[in-house]
Amino acid sequence: MINFQYLRTTSVKTALSLLAKDKNSKFLAGGTNLVDLMKRGVTTPEKLIDINHVPLKQIELIGNKIIIGALASNTAVAENTLIREKLPLLAMALNAGASAQLRNVATVGGNMMQRTRCGYFYDTEMPCNKRQPGSGCGAIGGFNRMHAILGTSDKCIAVHPSDMCVALTALDSVVVLANAKGERKMLFKDFHRLAGDTPQLDNNLKADEMIVRLEIPTNNLIKNSHYLKVRDRASYAFALVSVAAALEISDNKITDVRLAMGGVAHKPWRLTASENFLKGKEATTENFEQASKLAMTDAKGFGENDFKLQMAPNSIIEALTIAKSKA
Amino acid sequence: MERRLLKDENDRVDGIFKVTGKAKYFAEYELPGLAYGVLVTSTITKGKIISLDTKAAEKAPGVISVLSHLNKPAAPAYEQEGGPAMKIFYTDKIFFNGQPIAIVVANTFERATYAASLVKATYAKEDFNTNFEKAVIDAKAKKLQGQPDYKRGIENAYKTAEVQIEAKYHLPIETHNPMELHGIIADWRPNNQVTVYAKTQGVKATQGTIANVFKIPIENIQVNSEFVGGGFGMALRTWPLEIATVMASRHIGKPVKVVITRMQMFTMVGNRPAAVQTIGLGANRDGILTGITHRAFGETSVYENFTEGVVNMAKFMYQCDNVNTQYTVVPVDLSVPIWMRGPGEATGAFALESAIDEMAHALDMDPIEFRIKNDPEKDQQRNKPFSDKNIKEAYRIGAQKIGWKERRNKPGSLVDGQWKMGYGVSIGVFNANRGRASVKGILKADGTLVLQSATSDIGPGTGTGMTLIASKLLGIPVDKIKFELGDSSLPPAPSQGGSATLSTVGSAVNDVCSSLKSTISELAANSNMDATSNFVDVLKKNNLPSIEITKQSQAGKEREEYSMYSFSIHFVKVKVNSLTGVVKVDKIVSVGDSGKIVSPKTARSQMVGGAVGGIGMALTEEAILDHRYGRYINNNFADYHVPVNADVPEIEVHFIDKPDPHINPMGAKGMGEIALIGFSAAVANAVFNATGKRIRTLPITPDKILASV
Repeated sequence: MINFQYLRTTSVKTALSLLAKDKNSKFLAGGTNLVDLMKRGVTTPEKLIDINHVPLKQIELIGNKIIIGALASNTAVAENTLIREKLPLLAMALNAGASAQLRNVATVGGNMMQRTRCGYFYDTEMPCNKRQPGSGCGAIGGFNRMHAILGTSDKCIAVHPSDMCVALTALDSVVVLANAKGERKMLFKDFHRLAGDTPQLDNNLKADEMIVRLEIPTNNLIKNSHYLKVRDRASYAFALVSVAAALEISDNKITDVRLAMGGVAHKPWRLTASENFLKGKEATTENFEQASKLAMTDAKGFGENDFKLQMAPNSIIEALTIAKSKA
Repeated sequence: MERRLLKDENDRVDGIFKVTGKAKYFAEYELPGLAYGVLVTSTITKGKIISLDTKAAEKAPGVISVLSHLNKPAAPAYEQEGGPAMKIFYTDKIFFNGQPIAIVVANTFERATYAASLVKATYAKEDFNTNFEKAVIDAKAKKLQGQPDYKRGIENAYKTAEVQIEAKYHLPIETHNPMELHGIIADWRPNNQVTVYAKTQGVKATQGTIANVFKIPIENIQVNSEFVGGGFGMALRTWPLEIATVMASRHIGKPVKVVITRMQMFTMVGNRPAAVQTIGLGANRDGILTGITHRAFGETSVYENFTEGVVNMAKFMYQCDNVNTQYTVVPVDLSVPIWMRGPGEATGAFALESAIDEMAHALDMDPIEFRIKNDPEKDQQRNKPFSDKNIKEAYRIGAQKIGWKERRNKPGSLVDGQWKMGYGVSIGVFNANRGRASVKGILKADGTLVLQSATSDIGPGTGTGMTLIASKLLGIPVDKIKFELGDSSLPPAPSQGGSATLSTVGSAVNDVCSSLKSTISELAANSNMDATSNFVDVLKKNNLPSIEITKQSQAGKEREEYSMYSFSIHFVKVKVNSLTGVVKVDKIVSVGDSGKIVSPKTARSQMVGGAVGGIGMALTEEAILDHRYGRYINNNFADYHVPVNADVPEIEVHFIDKPDPHINPMGAKGMGEIALIGFSAAVANAVFNATGKRIRTLPITPDKILASV
């Protein structure tokens, strides 16, 4: 633990200018992950800019978009009537994450920025390319039961731990980023990165930028949606595998479908091939099975996580089946 | 307006204190001039410290002192040859990763934490092995006898039986991890007077250990431990970290507090040792057991040996003329284990009670019917009658409450969509111990009774049980009785462990209260009062502000004549998702056969807590190491999965509630261990009944369900 400076700001503008002044500064929102990282010596910022008082907590419907401020708490979003009615998949995913206490303080932006829970990343006595590029990957050849099977690299097989982000990926969300010059929009699915040769980078947020809000288009996938999280205990455990599944069924045909997975990759994993296969087909178990196989085309296990090669497609079938059965 | 809580006499006597924060735990004591210690730990697994650079830490703000093997703070016992191999700050040897190698003492906890990060060690590393399972199968690895081999009748008789099963069961390391972190406050004053605020299951044991290490008279040491935030066995010894704290206080002449981190809870205060066990069972086609063989390997450390009763149950639980057991401990380069709730018996019961279920299945018999068919009339191991045993009735009650008649003997019969349902049963058993304890009773003319004993309450509700015993005997309402414990200056009692407190201390309470009662009767007679006079009137008439009696109580010859055990039957209903492998415990019924129930509410809580711990043992708990580094990977509460509320279904608890006529005056037996022993097997058996998959490696996580054929 090292000493650090604590600053508090109430506007996006000041937050960004404080950030620009000092390379080794970080925003502090809920702090549910950042403070742990600081305690373990994984992250050692010299300056913490507390943005909790910046007015970015809105949850509103504007036209056909639902706008969620970056500082809305996970609980506030999950329990919001608008979200529950229009985006039940997001509410379900949020409620599957962490514990009630953590959700009360964790924010939407912080949830996106949380880092992997890979044990090697947190133990500064062990190798980790994400924490210390070039030091090696402890999980490859080590304890990798929780780790990735899709989009992996030989540098890092960590997974992104969020549930919320899996649902946001499925929902075609857009993230709005701000810097001193203005705002830019990015598809949510492009926000997080694969590890590749730069596992130290979790996402495409630039050093001078701040997440300000999400824009999520409304959809007709309300009734038949389900977030399935398979984990070692029923609450407060990260996903072994999770599936966000949403169907629009008309005349027994799938007219629209969204599928994304968590716990399988360095980023929330959208299952585009499976979605394309299902569109226009009947919502049958056989078709769900075919779609689940398509999702696993390039999947690869690392020993202890080989079971995910079976658990992941099984969970896709289960999530689709539950989503379909909702009346 | 005064608010009143609805109370009844069975409420926990300290319940209000606990829920309102008035219960004071060791770390909450504020002493003038209190300093804070933080332990520096080894980052290698085996070898020697070559150098230890403490200069930067010593110069850091607020630092008072840095202690290590370099300055050997005074501990006379450690200056002598012999004794423990791991003498803290008296050895440069590293026995395990995370071993304390220095303590930094500063005027705030934060400053001590920061300064501790500045201590730098260099090491000469040696090859090591932390992989217990690997050592078990390695012919060259050191192995030690953990208990004398046992044989009754023919060895390995199962191998010639009509129906045979042989199976191997694996248990990982589990950690106690109570909510309260371990630590101590030590205050060493001039003239070698020492006061400690400890987290201990035995104030007298802590007092004795400190006296031994520092070679000072026992009377110089005052140990206080009124409230303990969970122990589960880990607070049954005084750990090196506690000795380090006492050393530090002596060295700096100020009180020092150490509270270890959650990560340090995995390496500094013991664990349930990993185990590999093979059970062989033989039976004839009528379902009569003809051979039981139980061979177990348990994990221990290289620097100190640890053994427990893993194979005890096989020797007496079932009627069988041919039984043999073997228990071997295998040292690995990890910190020494310690008893964890149920201890070795819980480890053994997972294997034995799974195997019994496997045999019932092989015979196509109902597992309850098979168990009852092989229920012994007497203890064949000791050749004695049981003092009290009502397990047939317990099976009957439990079976009815769980809905056993819905169960099908053929696995996989009950299906609801992707979910498969199953029922499992197992038995747990533990010695009904009774030790020696003293209790002082002070009966006062103001109508109150104070009882004192240096026993502990790590959670079961010791004070509540003792108060109820006294209240029943003397007819004094519970709110007029105070039971004082957790103070080494009180009359001696053993540590709280092995489910013996109620039987041991409760008997002394009983004896002291009987004595007080007859003294009052004598006083009444002598002062021409009616024999049934209220003690307040008797004391007043005699101008006595109070009377005081101390009694020591212990078992007699009855323990030579009878075999004494507590029993529990666990019934579990599970559902298993065949696509995801997730196991959900749907309902639990635990039936306790542990004599007379003295304190119904806390007894029920014991059984509920044991069931929750059992869910953890069966489904979620495993301390995972990376054997390349000898370091734990999941040493935090996010990744080491203790069950949460969402994992725990409705738990029904029933008691036989009949006094054991032989064990003690109350007829009451302990139940802390039986609440857990056998539970994990009931879950594994239910999973098999649901799916046909026999999982012999705990915990039963979803991946194991999917992998199993």
